[in-house]
Amino acid sequence: MIAVKDVYFTYPNGVEALSGVSLAIRDGEFIAIMGQNGAGKTTLVKHINGLLKPTKGEVAVDGVSTRKVSVAKLSRKVGFVFQNPDHQLFCETVEDEVAFALRNFGFKEQLIKKRVTWALSLLNLTRYRQTSPFMLSGGERKRVALASVLAWNPDIVILDEPTIGQDYQQKEKLRQFIVQLNTQGKTVIIVTHDVEFVAECNPHVILMAQGKIVAEGGAKETLTNRDLVTQAFIVPPQVSQIFFELSDLKLPTNVIDVYDARKVLLDRLEVSS
Amino acid sequence: MSVFDGFKFRRVYSPIHQLDPRVKFFYVLVMFVIAIMFNQLLPLILLFFIQLPFVFVAGVQREWVRSLRGALFFAIMIFLFNFVFQYFWTEYPLPPSPSLLEYSIAMTLRFIVLIESFSMFFLTTSPDHLGLALEQSHVPYEFCFAFTTAVRFVPVLAEEAQTIMDAQKARGLELERGNFIKKVKNYIPILIPLIVSAIRRSLELAEAMESRAWGATEKRTNLYVLRVKRGDYLLALISVLILIFAVYVWIFHREQIPLLTNFLAPLELTVTKIS
Repeated sequence: MIAVKDVYFTYPNGVEALSGVSLAIRDGEFIAIMGQNGAGKTTLVKHINGLLKPTKGEVAVDGVSTRKVSVAKLSRKVGFVFQNPDHQLFCETVEDEVAFALRNFGFKEQLIKKRVTWALSLLNLTRYRQTSPFMLSGGERKRVALASVLAWNPDIVILDEPTIGQDYQQKEKLRQFIVQLNTQGKTVIIVTHDVEFVAECNPHVILMAQGKIVAEGGAKETLTNRDLVTQAFIVPPQVSQIFFELSDLKLPTNVIDVYDARKVLLDRLEVSS
Repeated sequence: MSVFDGFKFRRVYSPIHQLDPRVKFFYVLVMFVIAIMFNQLLPLILLFFIQLPFVFVAGVQREWVRSLRGALFFAIMIFLFNFVFQYFWTEYPLPPSPSLLEYSIAMTLRFIVLIESFSMFFLTTSPDHLGLALEQSHVPYEFCFAFTTAVRFVPVLAEEAQTIMDAQKARGLELERGNFIKKVKNYIPILIPLIVSAIRRSLELAEAMESRAWGATEKRTNLYVLRVKRGDYLLALISVLILIFAVYVWIFHREQIPLLTNFLAPLELTVTKIS
């Protein structure tokens, strides 16, 4: 359970990134935080693992204020995968990289071995176990970064822009993977610009603009709502755009993905024939 | 990061900011040379105060104080090293006396004067001006460019270092944990990604520049050209006068510069008399 209570945050350079954000995330929820650049998405999630402390207000994870525990301690519960894997890779082998956090948390060597094996096979990286992470491609490095966080099995997983630099196939794998994590009972929070990705994942969407939450709700109701989407400066999924444009035909406009569209169109055909 | 903040240029305008960087650098060099020439406290105190008007005219007091505060740690180290080593490890050990104290303070102040003048220079000189000054001093353009790029990328690197620190903290790294050696080791996970990404960035920058025809013309011209104005001549004159005076004192009156402890001595006498 993550409780964000009326949080304000101002960066040292005077930019107010969050102005009065309140939010409750229950265990096992799947959340997507969306909004334009500078809306405060990353600032908000950095509060959840204590990297940033609110200037005003409070953030509590499982009832404990983030002000009272260190980032390292909080990380045990909250796994945070950063946008750019190159900001964290430094070990000689992928194995060491994945084991880094486990060593920091003081796991026993035997357990570390087991966990690393598990995390590597989870992300299809087993054959790179002894390879240098710097030799891998961009997508693979991203997966190593992900494995290095999932290895300690945190209850809450935060992914900052997970789809950047991934081709369609990797994205699809990532989507299945995230959904799988969520069905295993983990709280998953993704920060992203990728509407198509969100439309396919169907999480609970939080729209942010100028440091405030402008709307939250199911992916379908938020991303197909023309006013909300404009307010948060988001371009809706292409399928939804088509149905906006076809509003003259008296077709429903809350169409979020291809399956939805297919259903709507088939229904229409049936009626007319 | 507080030490670096004391050297970061901020775009404000003052008579000092308008000065020609070459002349300003000459002034800094003069301060540097004089600070090295004397090891007595009195001239170094003078040197410290001579620079204050510049700081106030430029209006960079706050940043300047921050740079001094950043140098505090090193200043204390220098003081302690001088004090302890002069006592134990020299051929003519000075007993811990007021004069040893004065010598150690002088050495510390010398360091502070150096920091003071360099921070003044960097606080009031934009990297662009600096690059121009180098170019007009006939330094090859490649070097000038490398220099200005390096200066310009400092804030970018600082920001990146912060992100990397966050990323590693999120994986349970505790920078402040352990003894001294462990603490140094804690920084490896931060330094390696930082260096790797700096190298990668520089390669990308080189490619981007070459694809925009960098170095295509042999003889480059500049939109802005530095010209030496009246203020610059004034500063150059002041610097030369200070230098001449300092050299004069150094050559003819070096031995007569009084120790401040000598001024204090009568006081001490009266104290002992009373007791």
